Parts: sequence; C-alpha cells; structure tokens
Amino acid sequence: MKRIAFTLMLAIALPALADRVSLPANTPASYTAECSSCHMAYQPALLSANDWRRTMAGLKDHFGTDATVDGPQRQEISAFLERNAGDAGKLGSAGEPPRITQTARFIRKHREIAPKYWNDPRIKSAANCEACHRGAADGNYSEHDILIRELRR
Amino acid sequence: MRVLPVLCLLLASVAVHAETAQRIGQTYAAEATARQAGFMPSPNRGDTLFRQRFSNNDKMPACTSCHTDSPLNAGQHAITGKAIRPLAVAANPERFADPAKVEKWFGRNCKEVVGRACTPAEKADFVAYMSEVR
Repeated sequence: MKRIAFTLMLAIALPALADRVSLPANTPASYTAECSSCHMAYQPALLSANDWRRTMAGLKDHFGTDATVDGPQRQEISAFLERNAGDAGKLGSAGEPPRITQTARFIRKHREIAPKYWNDPRIKSAANCEACHRGAADGNYSEHDILIRELRR
Repeated sequence: MRVLPVLCLLLASVAVHAETAQRIGQTYAAEATARQAGFMPSPNRGDTLFRQRFSNNDKMPACTSCHTDSPLNAGQHAITGKAIRPLAVAANPERFADPAKVEKWFGRNCKEVVGRACTPAEKADFVAYMSEVR
C-alpha cells in the first residue's frame, strides 16, 4: 500500500519537477550583477554550453545592447554558464544569435500561447519570463502558477 | 529604549548613503571643473538631461523610457520588461552608493540612449538631481 502511495506521489511530483529549473546554489555574484539588471538571471540550464559560449562571445552586440563584461568576471561567468548548461539534445537549436526563446524546448512548452500574448503590454517580450511565471527567478515555471489569469491551467 | 540604537544605526546608514552619492557627485564635479573652470553641479540641468529625448535609439529615446517620468518611481526595461528599482536616492538608498557601478551604468546607458559617452559635467548634474529629488 505504501508503495502505491509513493508511486502515486512520484507521478504527481514528476511533472512539477520537470517545470523546475533552478539557479545553482553556487551562482557567482558576478552573474547576477552583470546579467540580471536588464533581464532575469536566466538559469544556465536553459541553454546549451555551446550556445552560452556563443552568447558570451557576442556581448558587444547583445540583442542591440553593448553588454561587454571584461576580465576575471567574464571568465567566471562563462565557466559558470558552461558548467551548468542544459542538455543540447533536449533543448534543441537556439538559432543565431542563440535565444532561449528559440530553443525547441521553449517553443514546445509555449505552443499553446496565442501570438497576441507575446505583444501584450503586460508581457512585453518572450524574454520576460517573470511576466507570467511569477516564480521564474526561483526556478518555478509551473503552468499552474501563471500571473496572467487567462493563461493559467 | 531598544528602539534608540536601532534608530541611530538607521540614521547613520542613511547618512552614509547620502554621503556616498555626494562623494560620487563631487568626483564628477572635480573632473568637470578641470575642463571648465567654475563648474557647479546643477540638479536642474540633471533633471533636463533625465527628460531629454535623443534620436539615437527609438526604443529608448530618453532615460524616462525605462525609468518613467519620475525617478522616484520603479521603472521597467523598455525591451525586456524587467522591473527596475527607482533611480532617486530618496526612493532607493542603494543608488549612487558604489562608484564603479555608477560609472558602469553611465557607460552603458549613455552609449545606448544618448549615443555617446556622457561628459563629467552631465554626470555631476545627473547625480546632483538624483540625490536631491524628492
């Protein structure tokens, strides 16, 4: 009986676990300082190591902004991102320049979102995870915890 | 009685922040004076710079594009939608407390919005405005 209960709980918990992408506990302060002023501190698992490398190589023109980081901080951030990067096979191609929102995984997870929502003033940009996923910065991307009422499940 | 030490600490920390913003402003003012004798920082010119529209970036023509019309308000990044805490020291004591951070953001934002580096005089005026605005 205990085993059935355990299996049931696991079955309930697993989908929720799949929507958890946490920032590693040892995230360097340089990452949050340099990378989370204009956008959320995206969890490294959201992009593959190769795509992070390309992102870091192109910071001079980072989606229209000069987000250059120099010296030891740059090294520290690059190493952190690559060490904790996501599985390239599961994420799929992120395009050029790499965008988290262009990975096959992101597109699949958001396929039910009507195009009008991406331009909704409450959302502004697909890069604005926290507009819908209130717990995104803490790694909670559960579809049951969505700020926009009509998109909640 | 327990409230008193806490209150003292709080007042001391507010004073420290104010002093840091002031010191950062003074550093820029000294640079400006070296270029232009008799320079005095002006919060009014800082206010004007904050509102001035530039033709460099149509998504962010002015500081106000992200920081709203009042530096006392929380803002929002014009492209990503990320929340931005207020610029005014009165509303956010962490502002203008770290010279390296201030210089980094003048560097980034002046380039992006104004289309060039800001002058020491502009920076001194801007810091004076952000320190004083209430």
